[in-house]
Order: sequence, then structure tokens, then C-alpha cells
Amino acid sequence: MAVAARKAGRAGTGAANKSTSSKGSVRGAAPNTPQFDKNQDLAAYNDMLLIRRFEEKSGQMYGMGLIGGFCHLYIGQEAVVVGMQMATKEGDQVITGYRDHGHMLACGMDAKGVMAELTGRRGGLSKGKGGSMHMFSKEKHFYGGHGIVGAQVSLGTGIAFANHYRENGNVCLTYFGDGAANQGQVYESFNMAQLWKLPVVYVIENNRYAMGTAVTRASAQTDFSKRGVSFGIPGEQVDGMDVRAVYAAGQRAIEHARSGKGPYILEMQTYRYRGHSMSDPAKYRTKDEVTRMREEFDPIEQVRRRLLESWKLSEDELKAIDSKVREIVNEAAEFATHDPEPDPSELYTDILL
Amino acid sequence: MATDILMPALSPTMEQGKLAKWLKKEGDKVKPGDVLAEIETDKATMEVEAIDEGVLAKILVSDGTDNVAVNTPIAILAGEGEDVSAAASSSPAPAAPKAEAQPAPTPDMEREGMADRPSPDAIPGTDAAPVAQPAAPSVITNRTAYNAMAEIPEGTELVNMTVREALRDAMAEEMRKDGSVFVMGEEVAEYQGAYKVTQGLLQEFGAKRVIDTPITEHGFAGVGVGAAFTGLRPIVEFMTFNFAMQAIDQIINSAAKTLYMSGGQLGAPIVFRGPNGAAARVAAQHSQDFAAWYSQIPGLKVVAPYSASDAKGLLKSAIRDPNPIIFLENEILYGQSFPVPKLDDFTVPIGKARIHREGTDVTIVSFSIGMTYALKAAQELEKEGISAEVIDLRTIRPMDTETIVASVMKTGRCVTVEEGYPQSGVGAEIAMRIMENAFDYLDAPVIRITGKDVPMPYAANLEKLALPSVAEVVQAAKTVCYR
Repeated sequence: MAVAARKAGRAGTGAANKSTSSKGSVRGAAPNTPQFDKNQDLAAYNDMLLIRRFEEKSGQMYGMGLIGGFCHLYIGQEAVVVGMQMATKEGDQVITGYRDHGHMLACGMDAKGVMAELTGRRGGLSKGKGGSMHMFSKEKHFYGGHGIVGAQVSLGTGIAFANHYRENGNVCLTYFGDGAANQGQVYESFNMAQLWKLPVVYVIENNRYAMGTAVTRASAQTDFSKRGVSFGIPGEQVDGMDVRAVYAAGQRAIEHARSGKGPYILEMQTYRYRGHSMSDPAKYRTKDEVTRMREEFDPIEQVRRRLLESWKLSEDELKAIDSKVREIVNEAAEFATHDPEPDPSELYTDILL
Repeated sequence: MATDILMPALSPTMEQGKLAKWLKKEGDKVKPGDVLAEIETDKATMEVEAIDEGVLAKILVSDGTDNVAVNTPIAILAGEGEDVSAAASSSPAPAAPKAEAQPAPTPDMEREGMADRPSPDAIPGTDAAPVAQPAAPSVITNRTAYNAMAEIPEGTELVNMTVREALRDAMAEEMRKDGSVFVMGEEVAEYQGAYKVTQGLLQEFGAKRVIDTPITEHGFAGVGVGAAFTGLRPIVEFMTFNFAMQAIDQIINSAAKTLYMSGGQLGAPIVFRGPNGAAARVAAQHSQDFAAWYSQIPGLKVVAPYSASDAKGLLKSAIRDPNPIIFLENEILYGQSFPVPKLDDFTVPIGKARIHREGTDVTIVSFSIGMTYALKAAQELEKEGISAEVIDLRTIRPMDTETIVASVMKTGRCVTVEEGYPQSGVGAEIAMRIMENAFDYLDAPVIRITGKDVPMPYAANLEKLALPSVAEVVQAAKTVCYR
């Protein structure tokens, strides 16, 4: 675990933001971490906290047997999706893999609908027929929620293709993990995206483990920002634990894609505190590693400190935010616990239009 | 000694072509590798190269000649030191291929082990049978002759058209109507389609809507599905469905299931199309019928037309359909002509079988190229006093059980015909549906005629054995009739 521990240090110390230009060379010194104003810090804090509390509640409800099947929690990675979402504009789309609860909340999808889908109830976003890994919202431009590792990369490239076809100026944020980054269709997609200059940002959430396999054991090139080099796709490594760094990189990447220059890769160096799924044996990493990440690099704690120290918020003010978030989550859990299961007649609906 | 230069075959299924242009003239010296002429088919263009050294003594088939049969002598080459004028005046040798001649052997159906896959023009035109050569347009005056073509109004003019042209026209018509329809795939644009199905589309619709992809089936299938999620209507061409196995995850897990998984919010209005099944002499990896595979998947519709009119009408319906459609074509059928109704907007409903030929003694159910065996067998059975009703399924999923069952209730007997494998095949499904719906009407167990349970062999004789045959269909029909 020495390697992982060393990398852990890098993720949180601002050594990221190294970028590879389209020619594949590495740009020099990292730009200074951008600063947030008070409102940005407040918004980021609120959104990340909602994901954290929601996921903690999901874990609880899974333990109570209310959620079945697979359940992949996003705890620890909140800064990635929240920072990216802050850099988007209305109309930009999001697509991701199976660790998708955070993305849905960040896209503004209703916490009740997400939680009720986790519990398989009729009020769930997919009427209880999709589950944790398969939720969608056309209204919020969220295209899932995909259970097949890497499939969302071609799909997201296709959504970007549609943006390009329609000339609507939208960008598709296509998220995938360090594990999916080794799937063949990722590179098929990179090739087409760059060939056709599609407005897509590939956000690689490198949480250092594909299930239980450390990146160093699965990837010949562990600098994921370089994965597009042979296609001429620029990439950056980003401190994915610092929401400000994510936001700034997201702005650069989205601007690049929106201006017609084609795809952009962001490797978000992040960390998941919980197991791959709820049934993770946690034998592949040390407790110390997890503890150190939580204590030293927690994305929410970083903002919380700024709110207290730079923006002079009181503990009470933060508590108020926290209890508001808890209220939303508790309501969602309450709804998802008592909402009825789908009507049996739903078995045969939504197969064909 | 003088050598005949023969009209070469571009593909195993080519029978004739156009001598587009001579690049050498009489009296020119040629050496091996020199390009002598260009030939074209509706599918492709190729250069004829010299394989011997000599002088081009005489051109026998001039520039621009259409319909030159494969292996016809097109020129005479005088050998080294030979008298050119003597060689030129020698009469051309018979069309039989010479051992030293370069062109591929005639890919006639017999020699390719396909004697039992008759070209449809061999079938008399009693029931909208296809015709090989363009003929004067005919008009439907007798509805009973087209009794199952309810899609076609009485008095409609019919024009002969190849399946290939019908498919192209279907796409072009839908693309004219709807700007959200586009075609993507390998070689669909500048090459004009690997099998020329997309011929002319690039010229009419431009590179934005007719998109050459890299060789990247998994990737572009996913790109197509993603675009369809947003409401565009992609037509994704697979050069053959064999290659779609690389993309089958996107087809099944993404295209077919998303509507359900999203509780009805998000579907994929997409058509995956291309040639399916065995062509000729291309062996195991390129010869497989996927009808049964895709037909198992809820969330897909699976269409496999036989005639040009069905190809056109069904493809138009498929493009308009809001669901993902697997549209299975057949390479052997591409070049065959059938009467197609001349209508501004001719569509055929998905999910409806067609009674291609009425009969009373036995029902033969087939689809796509399987229809060639079924129709030929029906003719032979007629000679022996057995009246076969031939149903063209046209759509495999949703399957038109009603039409099959109604026919079996009438005949009491059924034989299914397909080129796919036997286990869990379309025939197996049909047999089960008959058991479920018309068991008491059966006078004999259903027999399925299928491709054999083996990977497709290359050798001509083995390939012939691996495919169904008319004789097998005839024998099966007799067996169920206890004859």
C-alpha cells in the first residue's frame, strides 16, 4: 500500500493540475488553486453535504434491508461532481456509470425520487424498475446511470455527437472511473470524439481502486490525463478533493469543448471512503490509508474550514445548513420507506413505445 | 499463343457487370500488373489487371457495355512474338474459364454450393414473385394475386427494383422528410456503402448526415444509441451483422433496456441494419444468422424482409419507429429484383407476416432468404399435388403468431425454414407457439428445417450441406403430410 499512500498525498496537496497539451507534453507549474467567493463556497458546501448525508442514509437503509442489489456510494468523491456541475450551463448533459447517486443530486434531481428508486418503489425516478444504477432525467439532462462499465463513454460521446449535429452549443460531461478507463470502447470513443471535434468532457474519476484492484495493478499508464495523448486530446490531472480546483479545471475543459475544439480529459484524483459496493471486504487497502484521506483531504471539511475561517460563518450557521440537508434526506428516506412498490401491471410497461 | 481475357468476378455473388472503360487500346503492349480496364457492378468498381505479357490484340467488349456475364471473353492478348493480327482475328474461345485465366470462377449458384438457393426469378410470377430483369411496370388489378399485400392500394403501379435500391430509397425518403435521421457506419459515405446500399446518399445529404465511421463497431453503436437518447434517429449500418457482435452490449444493454430502466422516460429510436446470415463461401465468422439471437430480447423489434417492397416499406417503418430496431438484410438478396409499389409514401407495418402464397395442405413459415427455399419447395410440392401455404414472417419480433396459427388451423401441418442454427432458433419458437395456440389442430408434429448445427464451413460441398435445401423442405412437407 506504499504506492497508494504516496499517491494519496499527491491528491490532496495541490500537486495536481498538471496538464498535458494536445501534443502530449506536460505543462509546467500548476496554476494556483483558484479561490471561491463566499456564495460559491456556501453552494459547494451545501451540495456536497447533501450527497454525503444522502449516501450515509443510503448505507443505513441498505443495512436495514430496504435497498437491495448493488449499491455504490459516492462518499469521498463529492467535490468532483459538485465542482464540475458548477462549471456547466443549462442544457449541458451528464452521463455516468453505476456510482451515480451524487451525480443525480448534483444535477438537481429530486432526492425523494432517487431514494425511492433505491428502495424500488413506484415513486422512484424509474418507477422502481431501474434501481441504484439506472436512473435518468431528461428534464435535468441526466442520461444515466449505466451498469455496464465503460458503456456510458460511447453513449456520452453519442450525446455530444447529437449536440454537434444540432449545433446547440451544449457539452456532455461523460464520467467514468479508473477501472472503466481500461475498456476498449473508451478509446474508440476518444478517437471519434477528436476526429469529429465533439463537445464532450471526459471526467475520469480516479478513486484509485477498480473494485478492489489498485490502479497500479491494473493500468500500465496510471496518469489518466495522458490517456488521450495518441488522439491529441488534451488532459489534466486535477485535485479532485478540492472543489475549487475541480471547478476551475471544469471551466477550462468545458470551454474547450464548447468552443468547437473537441474533447478534453480531466483526471480527477479522488478517493472513495466506503467499499466498492456495500458488500466490499475492504481487504485491498489499509484502514490507515482511508483514515488519513478522510482526516487530511476531506472535500467537505476543506470548504467547512474556509466557511469558518475565511467567511467567518458561525458553527450555528453551519449547523443550520446541516439540519436543512438532513431534513431533505430524512424526508427522502421516509418517502422511500413508505411509498408502495410498483403496481404488478408495471411489469409489462415501458418495454416498447 | 493468344489468350482470352475474361470478365472477372468481383465477389462470390457477382454474376454480371459493366465494362466501364478500357485503359489500354488495341495494339498496346501490356505487362503483368498493367491495368487494362475498369469494370463496375451495382456494388463496386474494380480494375482488371493483366497477368500475362503481350500485346492487346483485340477488344471484344467495348467501353460502356452493360450486363457482361462473368467469364465472357472481353479481349484477346497476343503472346510474345505472336502475330498480333492473326491473334486478333482468331475467334474467341468458349466462355469456360481457362486454367491460366485470372478471373475468379463463375460464382453461379450451382458451383457455389447454392443450387438450392435459387435466385427468385426462377419462381413463376404467380404471387408477386420477383423478376430478375427490369420489365415494363405492371399494375395491381387483381387483389387476390397480392392478397396479403394489403399495404398496397388497388391500382398501384409497380416498378421492378432490387432490394438494394429499395433500401436506399427508403433511407433517402425518410431523410428527406426528417432532419433528425442520419446514417452512420463503415464505408457508408464516400465508398457509397460496402454493399452499395447507401449509394448516392452522401451526394444528396452531405457528410453531416451520411457519416463514415472508423472501424469501431462497439464505439459507434454506442455513439448511435447516445444520439438516439437525445431524440435523433440514427440508422447505424453494420457492414455485416457478424461485426455487430462487437457492439452487442450497446444494442442489448443500452438500446433495448433503457426505456424500461428509465420507467419510460428515455428510449432509443435507432435502426441497426446490415446484411445478416450466410453470403457465399465466406466461412464461419462471416456466415451467421442472428435473427434468433436478437429476437430473444425484450425492448427490440427484429425485422428480416425478403422482397424489395417489404425491404422498403419495413425500413421506412423502422426509421419512424420510436424503438430500437434490428433490421436484418441479406447479401444474396441485395441484387435481386422485385416489384415495388410506386407510391409517395409506402410503408409496411412491423409485426405483420405476409401470406406469400396461399395453400391448404401444409404451412411453410420462413423469412428473409429462407423464403427462397420455401417458395421453390412450394412449387415442387404443387407438382406432387401438395398445396403449401407459404408465410413470410417479415418481422421476427414481435412475431405475428396470429397469422401463423390461423394458417396452421387451416392446414393442420407446419414446416419452418431458416438458415440459422436449430437450437433455440426461430423455428423452435414457432413450433412452441403453435403448440400453445393450435395443438389440437395439428395433424403432425412441426418440423423445422434450419442451417445445420455446425460453424459454416468454407468448402463448397460442405457449405451446401450446412445450409438448408429445397429438397429438405419438400421432404419435411411430405413427412408432415404423411406422404
